Amino acid sequence: MCGIAGIIYRNGNGAHRLGADMTRMLQSMKHRGPDSTGYALYRRPGDELIMRIKLADGGNDDLEWADRLRRRREEVKARIRAAGGRLPVLDEINEYTIAATVDYDGEIKHLADYVESVPGTEVLSAGSALEIVKDLGDAQTVGSAYKLDAYVGTHGIGHVRMATESDVDISNAHPYWAYPFSDVAVVHNGQLTNYHRWRRRLERLGHRFASDCDSEVIAVYLAQRMQDGASLEDAMRMSLEDLDGVFTYICVSDDALGMAKDELAAKPLVLYEGDDMVVLASEEIAIRAVIDREIETYDPYESEVMVWTR
Amino acid sequence: MDTVAPPPRFDPRGLVELDERVPGTAAIDGDRGSFDARDLTTRQINLELRRLVYELGVREVTVRNPGAKHSLGVGILARCRITFEGSLGYFACGLIDGPEVHVTGRVGWSACENMMSGVCVIEGNAGSLTAAALRGGDVVVRGRVGARTGIDQKGGTVIVLGDAGSMTGFMMQRGRQIICGDAGHGLGDSMYDGTLYVGGKVASLGIDCVPGEWTEADTEFIARKFSIYGLGSPPELQKFVCGKKLYNYDSLEPSERKLVL
Repeated sequence: MCGIAGIIYRNGNGAHRLGADMTRMLQSMKHRGPDSTGYALYRRPGDELIMRIKLADGGNDDLEWADRLRRRREEVKARIRAAGGRLPVLDEINEYTIAATVDYDGEIKHLADYVESVPGTEVLSAGSALEIVKDLGDAQTVGSAYKLDAYVGTHGIGHVRMATESDVDISNAHPYWAYPFSDVAVVHNGQLTNYHRWRRRLERLGHRFASDCDSEVIAVYLAQRMQDGASLEDAMRMSLEDLDGVFTYICVSDDALGMAKDELAAKPLVLYEGDDMVVLASEEIAIRAVIDREIETYDPYESEVMVWTR
Repeated sequence: MDTVAPPPRFDPRGLVELDERVPGTAAIDGDRGSFDARDLTTRQINLELRRLVYELGVREVTVRNPGAKHSLGVGILARCRITFEGSLGYFACGLIDGPEVHVTGRVGWSACENMMSGVCVIEGNAGSLTAAALRGGDVVVRGRVGARTGIDQKGGTVIVLGDAGSMTGFMMQRGRQIICGDAGHGLGDSMYDGTLYVGGKVASLGIDCVPGEWTEADTEFIARKFSIYGLGSPPELQKFVCGKKLYNYDSLEPSERKLVL
């Protein structure tokens, strides 16, 4: 089933309680997917590159666990330096997740690939504004574990997952970063039926896949289209033709948020467009979790693509 | 030692839910009652509704602040008036038989699913699968509806003042739909019977859905429905029916057919 949500504040000064709002929205849709919860949160773009890096998939209690993670952390730091990143600041979010702030102006793919060559690590997100947070459990669990209540930002998306196509772990949780495109992330509700065909096609073009989840292909697909010169909106329109199956997905970049719905309109999405913010979610109850008054909302029709900028 | 009577384990009408207490917060004035749903759960709201309608015989209930919660007003099997001041979520007013429901906001997916009789007037928009498997009664949506309105409809009337999404009237078997705005792709796809009226543009007709011949009865029916709900004068409508080419409408069983041949 899965639930997706997105919020973009029209006043883009970046001083909005994004983390708390997203948690409230996602928690109200817990019934749509209790397996894992994920956030893609945006703040005002800075000069430095922020990378969220996962050192291992969740907790483990074997004897060398802590030691292994320490070694990986050191190795990641060394490789960021070796790839040309200056002054990496490593923020230990929890024992298996770090946020690295790096002064780097090279190709993100080069840096991300080099970091990911450390066994067991995965770059969850990279960009000047984007941070992806995802873990097992409901929104309250993840939100408090990652201290998202205090997170201020400009816009973001989130996902509650009911796993149908692949494992329940952090790698298979949404959102997906559109590797190696900075600041692009996707959440998806649905199933893609031509996943393997697109995955093989994109792998031949040199893209890496971090999971077995069909939704990841949307993020990588959009990244490829944008690399070919398409805008986010055009890439999303092309995806309606190219992707088969049932889907409603939300895609975000550093200054825009867009939704696309398949031609069967099989997966829900409710939209609220206000003067102060645009909020969209699989169910209105999630929108009402952040707007405590009667509002006018509607459902987009089939094959619709809409994009809002902050 | 005090003996506490165990709660009834089963009620065939589904009127008792074991792990929830009836909130009993409604203000009652004669045969009218109202309560605030803001801090109540779905189950509590429905239990309070049933207490008012079934136990106290209240004939006009107003529910304030429903907050787009799901599954409200489901399975009410008595004649009464229910007003929801606000929006409802998914599965609103499903399986009802008798009530006149008024929703001042919008409804989510699958509103009035399998409704047997009564009226449901929705002031705002409605999601997909509105009036799915409708058996009887009238569903009036003043806004627009999503996809697959009246899928598997078996009776009753759906009136939509705005646009309708794709596959409207999909697999419809009986009943009528009046769509005043535009209709999406695949209108009336695989319909068996029933009638669709569309005021605006039709993006495309579904398989075996064909334009129908307008009769006096159509004019009379539409004028009557519009006057009942105070919808003004109806727009110019096109009529669509089943072409009856797709399926075998022979009512004989295979064994009987053999005898005829």
